[in-house]
Amino acid sequence: MYSLLGNLFLVLAISTSLLISVFPIVGYIKKIPQWSSFAKIFTPILAIEVLIAYVILTVAFVLDKYEIAYVAGHSNSLLPLIYKFTAVWGGHEGSMLLWMLFLALWMLSVSAFMKGIPSELGSLMLAVLALVSFGILSFIYLTSNPFDLSEFFVLDGSDLNPLLQDPGMAIHPPMLYLGYVGLAIPFAFSVACLIIGKLESSHVAWLRPWLSMSWAFLTIGITLGSWWAYYELGWGGWWFWDPVENASFMPWLIATALIHSAAVTQTRSIFKSWFVLLSIIGFSLSLLGTFLVRSGVLVSVHAFAADPSRGLFILLLIGLILGGSLLLFMLRAEQLKSAVNFNFLSKEAFLLINNLLLLVASLSILLGTLYPLVVDALGLGKLSVGAPYFEIVFLYLMLPLMLCIGIGIHVDWIKSKDKNLKHLKSLAAIILIISLIVLYSNTNSITVLMLLGFWFSFWIMFSTIFLGLKTYKDRNYSYFLKQTPMLVAHIGLAVFILGVTFVKNFSVTTDQVMTLNQTVNFADSDWLFSDLVSLDGPNYSAIQAEIISTSSNERITFNPQRRLYFKNENAMTEADIDASIIRDLFVAMGDPVSSNEWQFRIQYRPFIRGIWLGALIMALGGLISAFLHIYKPTNKKPLL
Amino acid sequence: MKLRYKRIGIITLTLSLVSVALMLLLSAFNDNLLYSFSPTQIDNNEAPLGREFRLAGMVKDDSLKSLGGVDIEFIVTDFNNEITVRYSGLTPDLFGEGQGIVALGTLIEGVFVTSNNGLLAKHDENYMPPEVAEALGIS
Repeated sequence: MYSLLGNLFLVLAISTSLLISVFPIVGYIKKIPQWSSFAKIFTPILAIEVLIAYVILTVAFVLDKYEIAYVAGHSNSLLPLIYKFTAVWGGHEGSMLLWMLFLALWMLSVSAFMKGIPSELGSLMLAVLALVSFGILSFIYLTSNPFDLSEFFVLDGSDLNPLLQDPGMAIHPPMLYLGYVGLAIPFAFSVACLIIGKLESSHVAWLRPWLSMSWAFLTIGITLGSWWAYYELGWGGWWFWDPVENASFMPWLIATALIHSAAVTQTRSIFKSWFVLLSIIGFSLSLLGTFLVRSGVLVSVHAFAADPSRGLFILLLIGLILGGSLLLFMLRAEQLKSAVNFNFLSKEAFLLINNLLLLVASLSILLGTLYPLVVDALGLGKLSVGAPYFEIVFLYLMLPLMLCIGIGIHVDWIKSKDKNLKHLKSLAAIILIISLIVLYSNTNSITVLMLLGFWFSFWIMFSTIFLGLKTYKDRNYSYFLKQTPMLVAHIGLAVFILGVTFVKNFSVTTDQVMTLNQTVNFADSDWLFSDLVSLDGPNYSAIQAEIISTSSNERITFNPQRRLYFKNENAMTEADIDASIIRDLFVAMGDPVSSNEWQFRIQYRPFIRGIWLGALIMALGGLISAFLHIYKPTNKKPLL
Repeated sequence: MKLRYKRIGIITLTLSLVSVALMLLLSAFNDNLLYSFSPTQIDNNEAPLGREFRLAGMVKDDSLKSLGGVDIEFIVTDFNNEITVRYSGLTPDLFGEGQGIVALGTLIEGVFVTSNNGLLAKHDENYMPPEVAEALGIS
């Protein structure tokens, strides 16, 4: 019954999405304005249908309906209730449905807030989004149907991957997907503008809160993923340049470029075709990201080729979306042309540099991510691209960008006055001294990279604060308020860079075999392996160690675990972390050497919280920006 | 005239910067390409010496032994040939005898030496790293 109902609503949603896409487009071409109003009427219906399909799947999970193959594959009767809800997006099929649900909900919000744009543009946007929905829904229904029945009778499900049974992982995909799918909005906006043949800067103003929100969600989603990898994958890294991570990072870079380019397009009414092109690339990369992570192509190109329907379908979908919009772009970009006039020392020039560097960074990551897949698919051998490639290339691309941030925020549009840059040189010198002092107080051997890290972090931070103080002192409060999101996001970036610099340069790790009641000395503390107990969880049994760390001023108890999930023969590590803003102490338990001798990894990671904190501050900047764009505060009085 | 020279100058500068950047990018790319080899390929001297590469295969049953502390030694096999692997550090979750692994390291006097974080095991019970599947002839 669940399967039947689910399929029914999927089919209903497919037909509704087709209605929403065909009527406004045909209506636009044939100049029948009534037809375009269809979009606004039918969008809520589409949202409800997708929501019902999603709820049906969730109910099937909660009530353990193993007649549905997807439920049987990703749940288990012993799975805690909360993880039954999150298991819905634990696999490919369900996560595609979640993706679709978010698309429908974004569409619903767009249709509810169309005031700032002409109804023609709004309807066409909805039509484009519905066309994407049609593609995704058909993909779900035909090749990744979560409502497919089990082939044989299943007594109990095979359990959710233990790595996914974790609160961080539970909210990471929805956040990421909200961001991914949110990028469909600038995409649809750009395509609609191409169809109409003009892009008005006032309409970009309407788009910006959507863009900021999607970007903020994407940022939060990636941050949660990194945090989860840090504590759950067990070994304390926070970014691995894994294809799965790259898949989310590429659209983020483009979305960041898009946010900056939207500022130019709105204020100066230039770079329009560039903006359109970026939004097409951004959404294509987020589709590619979804595809890479969930389709199994990374696991094996060959396993993937064994079931070509899914792969061909999604490649075709990406090809159609990318190809179609690029074709439209070629035909119409000419009409978006605008007179460009600006000096080297202007905001436009700096934002252009920002865009170019972010785009190149994104494309170099794309090269490193896809090249092994292509080589493998062509049967030319197995290879992978090592993390050093990504680190080197990314670092060198970001160095000029970080330098430009500190200068670019101070310059004016068109042609900047020299006085804006007054004091910046002295600021740079002062920061150099501060960085050297901080470094000398931390270490005896200073490397160039350390110095660069600290200098760029302080450079962005103080340059941003300096700008904020300057506008605030000029009593230009409305301008200050307008600047706030940018100031916040850039300070977030500075905090992030500081976190990365600390973690990269001052982390200490030790792998040790410890015997019960043995004490080792590490990072100025004594670490006592004091106890070993076994305990039972709802769907696993565990061995838990007790490690007591004693230093001159504190005493901390750690309880790392090795868990054995019933449905899965292998042991999983549950690290115990003592977190503080200054440093994390991380204890993970490895394999036993004998009954009372175990392997342990102990790590000292200074200011690792800065990495996630910085990213969250950046996201906060995005959310403030969305808020300010929606409420458009006009009063000239200071907020504070 | 002056403007034109300025423009040519800018274009030349941009192009040379771009080509230098591209060259650096591609050389970084080339330096970090990690090829995968199976024990049989290593036996045929196909694997590079003095350069990192990835070894894929199955940890042979009853081959895992401790060298004291966190140092271990085990044999990786593709059921045709085998190679001894030395690893120093904590093993990842799901590592064990009879499991498929990928290891990143170098070949030193016939022994594959790898250390911290150079060992990748399966992500879950259903997942087999593609190189391992290839090395073992499963597809």
